[in-house]
Amino acid sequence: MLRYSVKRLGLALVIVSVAMLLLFCMIYLIPGDPAAVALGPRATEAMREGLRIKMGLDKPVWVQFWNFFSAAWQGDLGRDVLSDRPVATVVMEQLPYTLALIFGGISWSVTLGIPLGCWAAVERGTVADRIVGVLSVAVIAVPSFVVAIYALLIFAVALRWLPAIGAGEPGDIGDQLVHLILPSLAVGLGWVGYIARMVRASMLEVLESQHIRTARAFGLPERMITYRYALTIAILPTVTLLGVGIGQMLSSAVFAEIVFARPGVGKLVYDAILTRNYPLVTGAVLVTTILFVLLNLVADLIVGALDPRVRSRL
Amino acid sequence: MTVLAIKGLNVTFSTEGGQLHALKNVSFEVPERRIVGVVGESGCGKSTLINAILGLLADNGSVDAGSITFEGEDLTRLGAARMQELRGQRISTVFQDPMGALNPVLSVGRQMRNIQYRSGRSRNEKDARSEAMLRQVRIPDAQSALAQYPHEFSGGMQQRVAIAMALMMRPALLIADEPTTALDATLEVATIELLQELQQDIACSVLFISHHLGVIAELCDDVVVMYAGEVVERGTTRQVFHAPCHPYTRRLLECDPARQSGRTRHLPTIPGEVPDLRHRPPGCVFATRCDQRVDACDKTPPDVAVAAGHVARCVLAAAR
Ligand SMILES: Nc1ncnc2c1ncn2[C@@H]1O[C@H](COP(=O)(O)OP(=O)(O)OP(=O)(O)O)[C@@H](O)[C@H]1O
Ligand code: SF4
Ligand SMILES: [Mg+2]
Repeated sequence: MLRYSVKRLGLALVIVSVAMLLLFCMIYLIPGDPAAVALGPRATEAMREGLRIKMGLDKPVWVQFWNFFSAAWQGDLGRDVLSDRPVATVVMEQLPYTLALIFGGISWSVTLGIPLGCWAAVERGTVADRIVGVLSVAVIAVPSFVVAIYALLIFAVALRWLPAIGAGEPGDIGDQLVHLILPSLAVGLGWVGYIARMVRASMLEVLESQHIRTARAFGLPERMITYRYALTIAILPTVTLLGVGIGQMLSSAVFAEIVFARPGVGKLVYDAILTRNYPLVTGAVLVTTILFVLLNLVADLIVGALDPRVRSRL
Repeated sequence: MTVLAIKGLNVTFSTEGGQLHALKNVSFEVPERRIVGVVGESGCGKSTLINAILGLLADNGSVDAGSITFEGEDLTRLGAARMQELRGQRISTVFQDPMGALNPVLSVGRQMRNIQYRSGRSRNEKDARSEAMLRQVRIPDAQSALAQYPHEFSGGMQQRVAIAMALMMRPALLIADEPTTALDATLEVATIELLQELQQDIACSVLFISHHLGVIAELCDDVVVMYAGEVVERGTTRQVFHAPCHPYTRRLLECDPARQSGRTRHLPTIPGEVPDLRHRPPGCVFATRCDQRVDACDKTPPDVAVAAGHVARCVLAAAR
């Protein structure tokens, strides 16, 4: 497991480096002079030239990349144009809110999706199975921002069961959790459907396999066969899918943060784009990329922990 | 005493093309401490027979008539709970493909512990017992083997693990469904010898399914020859191999590659086709391929006892 983890971590570092390179290329290739953009139309050519030298824009490309790369690895992502605070600090302040939202979404999708899919597989062909199937397709088809808006209108505005906006009182965990319910549902609801379908399909496949027949031939209780012998294998593709799906959840999080006026990285990027605060946009995108790679890494490590065949393959 | 007695067993599957009569009027016995071999071409109903005994027929299959008496209980009338109690404890099974038969994500020790879930022993006692069993099938370093996963063993070792699991509860009957087909010739011999040794030690009966006539001749006390879901001949190995009475058995033995050249693991092909089991012909099931058929073959042939314990389902057998 250790060897597997180290190798997988090394791979993650490579992916983040490549992502940094791509991000640098994107900034470099965007037409327009960053110094001119930063200083505004009334700046003189001398002022622009001074800022260019200060920002290192007069250096060769590869020097610029190296400066960007080494600074980024040390946590220096430049300065926020509006507040002049370090971008890293600004993004890190918002990150916990987005993380909470993502984990909330994963919690919804896993705690509802896995049991539903498993149940549908065990009860295959029955009315229950068909209802789960139809519901799954329905929730997959609805975009998350629609879920967000309707959840807000129904549960917060009409029924007044849950708060409509914000992330709750800082320091009050209970209040923050209550504020998390609707936005995380918006992020995770579609995934309940994906996971239910995925678990059902892989469960049916696993239940057909020879080793399940053997387990039955050994007279093991049906409950042990379903949960210990079959489900542990059937959830493996789901974990991998979730790892990749984090990217999609991050984009749903942007909508959820805007609709529910929650702080978070998505809201931050949205505001930064509106105010043309490019260093902040770049920094937030880089942090989000790292987050995506890390959560993917976690998903792979979970698969490795659950499946000995994967562990010995790498 | 007989451990397993099957009488007039009929199994059908409902398929889109109609009722498929997979086992027709199957009768034979497995006496105490004897090894009974079942031979027959692919599709003749060997796996169906095993599943019927274990109560694990597919959802579309059912036992229509007949009885399967195991240690005095008719398995065809047993409730699901009692049947589950017998499986793995009194009747155990070793399957053909050892890699596929073991759970890939649970350690060998965990799987062996789970098989003992009824025993009421402590975890340590169960593990000690698993370890002893692995040692008995000669797995090197049995203790660390418990922590290993199936894919970490070679094919031959996997089959030994599967055999250890099957015999751990000291069953009265071991069913072996082509346990050596997936192994190479050297491993096949070693596995057969191991099975023989363990059978002596545990004093169980064995129902041994194989394509391989040489293995059957070497290992088994009695032989059951199946064709298209029927037992066409049965008797002691000596009787069936030295004085075959059914034309199908004779063709089988004539074509046996072991009698001509080297060993092959598959039965040779006999000209003609096995009848479609959804539309069984009236009369003898082998008639379409039999070169000795007579008019009387149009009627269902009786089970003829040609000698004590030697039975053939053929009209000609009566004349001998
Ligand atoms: N679930 C099922 N539904 C319909 N037909 C079935 C089913 N299971 C088996 N059969 C049919 O019953 C017959 C006997 O099949 P079975 O698997 O018992 O043969 P076998 O002797 O074990 O063959 P093999 O040597 O290939 O394992 C075949 O004609 C097969 O098509
Ligand atoms: S009953 Fe007739 S057709 Fe059938 S095996 Fe005997 S001789 Fe051949
Ligand atoms: Mg078979």
